[in-house]
Amino acid sequence: MNATNTDFVLAVEGLTVSFDGFRAVDDLSFYVDRNEIRVVIGPNGAGKTTVLDLICGKTAATQGSIKFMNRELTKLSEPDIVKAGVGRKFQTPSVYTDLTVFENLEISYPNSLSVFKSLMFKRDAEVIRHIEETAARIYLSELLHTQADLLSHGQKQWLEIGMLLIQKPQLLMLDEPVAGMSVAERTQTAALLREIAKEHTMIVIEHDMQFVAEIAHKVTVLHQGKILAEGSPEKVKQDPKVIEVYLGH
Amino acid sequence: MPFNSFRDFMSRQDVLAFAVLAVLLIVILPLTLDVMRLNQAGKFLAFGFVAIGLVLCWGYGGILSLGQGVFYGLGGYAMAMFLKLEASTPENTSIQSTPGIPDFMDWNRITELPWFWVPFESFTLSLIAIVVVPSIFAYLIGVAMFKRRVSGVYFAIITQSIAAIMTILIIGQQGFTGGVNGITDLRTLLGWDINTDFADYVLYFVCVALLFVCLFIGQFILKSKVGRVLVAMRGSEDRVRFSGYDVANFKIFVFCTGAAFAGIGGAMFTLQEGFMSPSFVGVVPSIEMVIFCAVGGRLSLVGAVYGALLVNLAKTTFGEAFPELWLFAMGLIFIGVVLGLPNGVAGLYNSYAAGPVDKVLDRLFGSENSDGLKLSQQGATS
Repeated sequence: MNATNTDFVLAVEGLTVSFDGFRAVDDLSFYVDRNEIRVVIGPNGAGKTTVLDLICGKTAATQGSIKFMNRELTKLSEPDIVKAGVGRKFQTPSVYTDLTVFENLEISYPNSLSVFKSLMFKRDAEVIRHIEETAARIYLSELLHTQADLLSHGQKQWLEIGMLLIQKPQLLMLDEPVAGMSVAERTQTAALLREIAKEHTMIVIEHDMQFVAEIAHKVTVLHQGKILAEGSPEKVKQDPKVIEVYLGH
Repeated sequence: MPFNSFRDFMSRQDVLAFAVLAVLLIVILPLTLDVMRLNQAGKFLAFGFVAIGLVLCWGYGGILSLGQGVFYGLGGYAMAMFLKLEASTPENTSIQSTPGIPDFMDWNRITELPWFWVPFESFTLSLIAIVVVPSIFAYLIGVAMFKRRVSGVYFAIITQSIAAIMTILIIGQQGFTGGVNGITDLRTLLGWDINTDFADYVLYFVCVALLFVCLFIGQFILKSKVGRVLVAMRGSEDRVRFSGYDVANFKIFVFCTGAAFAGIGGAMFTLQEGFMSPSFVGVVPSIEMVIFCAVGGRLSLVGAVYGALLVNLAKTTFGEAFPELWLFAMGLIFIGVVLGLPNGVAGLYNSYAAGPVDKVLDRLFGSENSDGLKLSQQGATS
């Protein structure tokens, strides 16, 4: 694909993936601006998570191009995509349950990623400072030395967001970051995400329309692997097609 | 060194565990056992090397290899080939139709030393081969499997098949390998008779020394960030991958380390047993090695050594009395450990004895955590 270079942080053009003939994502194109929070919504099976899988390299695209800061991602391996500056949070919180919050963040710190460098990795003051700063942002300062398994569901979600933050990615992709959170935790998370957006660009998958309205700059509605509507949260909410397939019932 | 303090490298409990094992192996066993029993203990310890490697691969890396016997065999055969060539001088073998080659080659009408035997005329090259050949073989398997993301049961079955293939190959190529009898009648190491009582003592202590070298290497790996990445991978491999790590490389690394340890163990076994045969390579011995590790505790390096000692002790006492029942007994031990003691003997210690021992240590040396070194606490790895 000879996609053109753009000023966008992320430019997805003509992206298609088919699983045994089923097109989970079908000729999809969208563009994300710098420091934008883009929320992707859509009914189950619309291909939301698959789009994130494609961007971060977990699934290989059948066709199309994904350009991140004008760098083609479809040819890169997963660790290389991470190094290029794309971070991904999974739908179910995946933190390392056998390790402490501190160790979780330490492993995510983008330093000494090869085997040999990991063998020689030393916890210096710089690393500890970064970890403590990140922990403060995700409201986990008090729990640094708690085993991650003992955190509440919401705290695990925060920890995983923190694990992305410490990587300092240009683009953060969050798959349902407030699923299973209490109302208070949701408010804190919304504040956290708006704070993050000052420095990073974000793609968020979310179902909760109230939360979407709270954080989104722009909403993309997916349906059967295609874009059904795109625009501001208010505009999308009023779109008759969106109401019919997604919001109406 | 990648550690801020000694405490980061070894906790007080680790030091205690290493010290107790050292006293047992260096003082108590040599003083209480006669030379024949001590030689036997030395051979058990040779399996301890494999078990330590399995703690790294299986316990921490989550890679269950049912083919460690292959690496044990490669190390053991490398040593045996050197010793055999030394024993096969033209004078010793003058009655053969081709003097100067190992006897079993002559019986199989081979008239020239095969090319892959030639490096084993050199002691240095043989020592290198003991560590490097198993590592390279493990590397090739690792690249082929882990880069393709083969793991879990599939990996276990494939390694088991490799162990089976290896035995068939060794038995089938009698002229090159000594076949089912193995490589026997080994006599001297650089002119030093390895079959005397004195040699048994020396080899035992060499074996213990090397075992501690491997224990310290293992401890270093586990307490470095590699250890924590392994624990993280065991829980959520994708998360590690999307933190920018190449997961396969870490698996290859521990698998190769485990293979190198097994190779050293095999070589020490050959020296103490006086021969090497395919009966230490195949499927059954490979599974036994996993049981040593499981009984000792797959998260404990020191535990693995105890596992190797205990199971082998049971095998020689019970197994010699009722050889036909031993396999069943071993199967029962394995099932019992997996169901009742998932962390083996070391797990027992951690749940019942570690607390009181800590209290005693606190009274003797003051509290471990009083110096504010909270960062050195490692929930999962202790």
